[in-house]
Amino acid sequence: MVNATVLLLIPLLPALGALINGLRAAASPLTPKNRAVTNVIALGSTGLSAILAAWTVIAYVGGGASAAFQHAYYTWIPAGLGHAAGNTIASFAVDFAFRIDALSCTMLLIVTWVGFLIHVYATGYMAHEEGYTRFFTYLNLFMFMMLLLVLGANYMVMFVGWEGVGLCSYLLIGFYYDKNFAADAGKKAFVANRIGDFGFILGVFLIFNTFGTADFGKVFALASAHPQAYAGIATTICLLLFVGACGKSAQIPLYVWLPDAMAGPTPVSALIHAATMVTAGVYMVVRSNVLFRLSPDAMLVVATVGAVTAIFAATIGIAQNDIKKVLAYSTVSQLGFMFLAAGVGAFTAAIFHVMTHAFFKACLFLGAGSVIHGCGGEQDMRKMGGLRKYMPKTRMTMLIACIAIAGFPPLAGFFSKDEILATTYEHHGFLYFLGMVAATCTAFYMFRLYFMTFSGDYRAAGVVGYPESEPEHAGHDVIPGSLHLDDGDVHSDKAHGHHAEAHTPHESPWSMTGVLWILAILAVIGGIVGIPQMLGGTHPTIFQRWLLPVLLPLGGEHFEFAEASRMQEALLIASSVAVAFLGWLLAYVLYKKDAAFARATRMATRFAFFHRLLENKYYVDEFYNFVFVGGTLAFSRALSWFDANIIDGIVNGVRNLTVVVLGHGSWLFDRFIVDGAVNGVGFSARGGSRFFRRMQSGFVQNYALVMGGGIVLIAAVYLFTKP
Amino acid sequence: MNYILSITLWLPVAAAVILLFFPKTAASAIKGFGLLASLATFVASLGILNGFHEGVAGLQLTESLAWIPQWGIRYALGVDGISLWLILLTTLLTPVVFLSSWNTIHKHPKEYVIAFLIMEAAMIGVFVASDLLLFYVFFELTLLPMYLVIGVWGGANRIYAAIKFFLFTIAGSLLMLLGIIYLAFAHFHDTGVLTFTITELYGTTLAPHAQVLLFFAFALAFAIKVPLFPLHTWLPDAHVEAPTGGSIILAGVMLKMGTYGFLRFVLPFFPDATAKYAGLLIALAVIGIVYGALVAWVQPDMKKLVAYSSVSHLGFCVLGIFALNQTSIEGSILQMVNHGLSTGALFLCVGVIYERRHTRLLADYGGLAKTMPVFATFFIIAMLSSVGLPGLNGFIGEFLILAGSFQTWPRATIVAATGVILAAIYLLWLIQRVFFGPITKEENKNVREIAWNEVVALVPLVVLMVWIGVRPNVFLRKMTPSVQQLLQIVHKTDAGKAMIAGVGRRVSGVGDQNRPHEAMLRPPTPDPRLPLSGGVR
Repeated sequence: MVNATVLLLIPLLPALGALINGLRAAASPLTPKNRAVTNVIALGSTGLSAILAAWTVIAYVGGGASAAFQHAYYTWIPAGLGHAAGNTIASFAVDFAFRIDALSCTMLLIVTWVGFLIHVYATGYMAHEEGYTRFFTYLNLFMFMMLLLVLGANYMVMFVGWEGVGLCSYLLIGFYYDKNFAADAGKKAFVANRIGDFGFILGVFLIFNTFGTADFGKVFALASAHPQAYAGIATTICLLLFVGACGKSAQIPLYVWLPDAMAGPTPVSALIHAATMVTAGVYMVVRSNVLFRLSPDAMLVVATVGAVTAIFAATIGIAQNDIKKVLAYSTVSQLGFMFLAAGVGAFTAAIFHVMTHAFFKACLFLGAGSVIHGCGGEQDMRKMGGLRKYMPKTRMTMLIACIAIAGFPPLAGFFSKDEILATTYEHHGFLYFLGMVAATCTAFYMFRLYFMTFSGDYRAAGVVGYPESEPEHAGHDVIPGSLHLDDGDVHSDKAHGHHAEAHTPHESPWSMTGVLWILAILAVIGGIVGIPQMLGGTHPTIFQRWLLPVLLPLGGEHFEFAEASRMQEALLIASSVAVAFLGWLLAYVLYKKDAAFARATRMATRFAFFHRLLENKYYVDEFYNFVFVGGTLAFSRALSWFDANIIDGIVNGVRNLTVVVLGHGSWLFDRFIVDGAVNGVGFSARGGSRFFRRMQSGFVQNYALVMGGGIVLIAAVYLFTKP
Repeated sequence: MNYILSITLWLPVAAAVILLFFPKTAASAIKGFGLLASLATFVASLGILNGFHEGVAGLQLTESLAWIPQWGIRYALGVDGISLWLILLTTLLTPVVFLSSWNTIHKHPKEYVIAFLIMEAAMIGVFVASDLLLFYVFFELTLLPMYLVIGVWGGANRIYAAIKFFLFTIAGSLLMLLGIIYLAFAHFHDTGVLTFTITELYGTTLAPHAQVLLFFAFALAFAIKVPLFPLHTWLPDAHVEAPTGGSIILAGVMLKMGTYGFLRFVLPFFPDATAKYAGLLIALAVIGIVYGALVAWVQPDMKKLVAYSSVSHLGFCVLGIFALNQTSIEGSILQMVNHGLSTGALFLCVGVIYERRHTRLLADYGGLAKTMPVFATFFIIAMLSSVGLPGLNGFIGEFLILAGSFQTWPRATIVAATGVILAAIYLLWLIQRVFFGPITKEENKNVREIAWNEVVALVPLVVLMVWIGVRPNVFLRKMTPSVQQLLQIVHKTDAGKAMIAGVGRRVSGVGDQNRPHEAMLRPPTPDPRLPLSGGVR
């Protein structure tokens, strides 16, 4: 049986760690001893939290794992909607409550364990950073918020975590706050997320209004008890919630913040912007699967946005030269796959992909971090190459992760991606086609990354002739609240790295490579739980059966686990492998066989228009900046002018008029009779345009006089009429 | 009889009187005494909290003495769930002001401390008076010390700002005075009893047209105080010129006298007119939310930015009040307190750097996080509270307001909710310009880190932000019965009944698992009463 106190400790321990380290961060200088204390607090709290999480999951599985375990700790917001006058509407309250079921267990393990591994990695990666303790404060705070998000038993507790991880993301992206691009990127992330949260919270209001509660269990029970009744409103609710998911999980049109978020230290990119936080939107949609299944329209929107994002981001990924940018667009694309899965009803496949993606993408990001670390802060792949010689462990683990994400069997990514594509094929031919193209691009850009980084010779000076990126937005000045970023050249996130010297790449310390190996192994074996019957697994797969209770209302199993014919299944698997191979082949021909990238250069020049379009990310940032930021800003400036000149002008006009009409009359009176008496009040008569000020101050004096006179009058009446 | 209200009310006055006998030059003694007196007042106000009975709806801890019996004017005090937290907010913020200005006020320290003590008493008086005329006296009395604070200790253009502040607010309240007298006489006409006691006046029947006129007379006074768009232009000027302490009190407490006035007088005195014109006020509130936020975004001056953010935030309070349901009004009262804490802290923080750098222009800053990391942390927490981050206080208030108003005014609520996005934009912009990026100005390289007195002033505010965010129920449940009673009065009217019937139809049946009400099947139908169809977009 799950223990509620232990459950509460899982998020509270990192919160405590954040609090202690936060207080220490201000006071203590960065001595080796202090760093050790920081490590003990940060790693101790997350490690213990991970152990308790495992213990909780074991206890839950041991208890049969059929019904959700839920515990309310206290009434958080008594949102009494009750109306008094005769209308007895049951008032409701929002509890601070946690929920443990198969879905939250899965996320719990991913978050705590991948989170812990990345903490370990960061002790090596961040070792030379000035804000070491501050970094771990934020990282622990993030763990707390993320755990609230996945453990919350209602939309409100979830929303606390939801916005909380956004805050931590803001703080960590802007970790190098003295760099403008980092501060800009942090703000952009927060604002884009806020736009999403606007939709989310409206969705929650509508849930409150419709169901009278925000509790998952109650909402879904009501919805599945009366599917006809709620079908209409479910569309609106789901679309609003999905706006929130688009913000958090970087989907079109709100994805623009994620690539810029790479300004944060690499462990942050791995933890927040690949493995955990950005998958929160997928988690939320799967969590709300009962509502989504009520609305085919909303499902179609989710699937379409997911598929379009997947291919859109994947195409951008093939033309980026910054190693982290490639991974960032890859993440956006993979998240698109997850939403595609959810949208076609393959909710378990979505979560399965969340899991496998957490393994291989964390491994890729941390591997990239290791490369950046080893190359003295360099992020431009054109200035890498040949690193297999210098960093064999990093190279090996990254290769494994590349194979996994490209979708080669029998690694983890193959099973989850195949399940997504197979289900999509069942439901929607065109989206399937988009997914296949995106999958090809994925294999291509990943192996392009691998070959550019690890094969050939080390070329610190860059590649001659290979298309240089043009400086974007040169001479751009800062505008308030601009969502805009990117001053063109590649920014290293290692602001305080040991760069600039003539540098021989070196392998990273064991704290980093050890973590890489663990993640690489997980990327190999993580797919075991999802092996389809065709390839020797079961139907439904182990993972599907595990998540089944979360999907049960409304007959989830029929929705999801339709059995395809053997022939069809075999063909689908074969074509999945084929596109992965095709992507690899392209990368091999362009970037491995031809170390000078002459072919790639030729391609880029021949299709210069497309190349520039992709390299500049379809100019979406520019478009947003011009239309939305620029438009709102211009409107705000106009309003500000209106405020200062029209509204205040009217006010001053009324005053002037009054001064002219009344002031003149009272001025004489004021001048000769009142002045002496009320000098104490009217401090104002000195300096400046004496006459005009005199007029104004005259009013205050007059008013004081009226007030004083009134009091005298009242006193007089009082005395005279006293009985 | 319990005299705790009188004690709290008169303690600062007594202290001010004693201060008169202090020598002008003993600055430290004067400030120390002022701080002590304000702390003693705070302790006394804790006595109010202690004596407050949670389940009671009406006024408690009442005191009543004849003041001018011929006219039925009484010295009548009382507290209920609506005023309780505002009193505590007042008594909390006054010592915060004294602490934060410990090292910044060199000119006339004695007068400064006296002005703030008198102001504190007057503000407490506003919240505890249960006689209309007594209320009016306190309401006007708050103006004089604030006028002096801005006019004497303010910035370069202080005279203009002080006078504008004074005249603008006076203009509104004079009409209200007429309204008060009319109301008392209407009651006299009905019953033959001349009284200004609020509870006795509640039942006064008014001719419809009279009710409308009185509604606007009162609403104008309070709308200026809040300030509601388009009556807000005195606020940025007053804030920019006011010294830090003045801004803290002005934004922290004085603006709430307007929203409090709506709740205490406008709603229960004129329920028909309220129900009839709620749409107008909601429209103005929603415009104010968006307008204030957008204008705040482009202000080059930090204080102006925070001042316009107040216009936006107070719009939420007014929206909550005129959405006329339990959730939104409780949220609105809580948000008054929240705004006092967060904007009080923001003005305090702006004061901290102004005092060191003597500029309020955002362009003169940048990179301060490097030189003042502890201060940056406080500023960011205050910002997050203001932005409405869940887990902190601002979120609870905004959530309750919007969740409540969404039931009655869904479209207006959607527009209002964009204010939450905009708040993030302008406040993050503020933070970024001040703290992030490289240090570009030589003067910013050696700015002194936050001092002990400033930390001590900020810590209680931060603690409360977290406390309210995590355990709002502690604060909310004391309001519930009073708000319920207030709504009973409002909803007794015909218009009010129609309003609840409309809401009830939409929400009833919720929680009934066996019988989905037919009304639940529809998305909230567009409300014919919504005035926003063309106005705000």
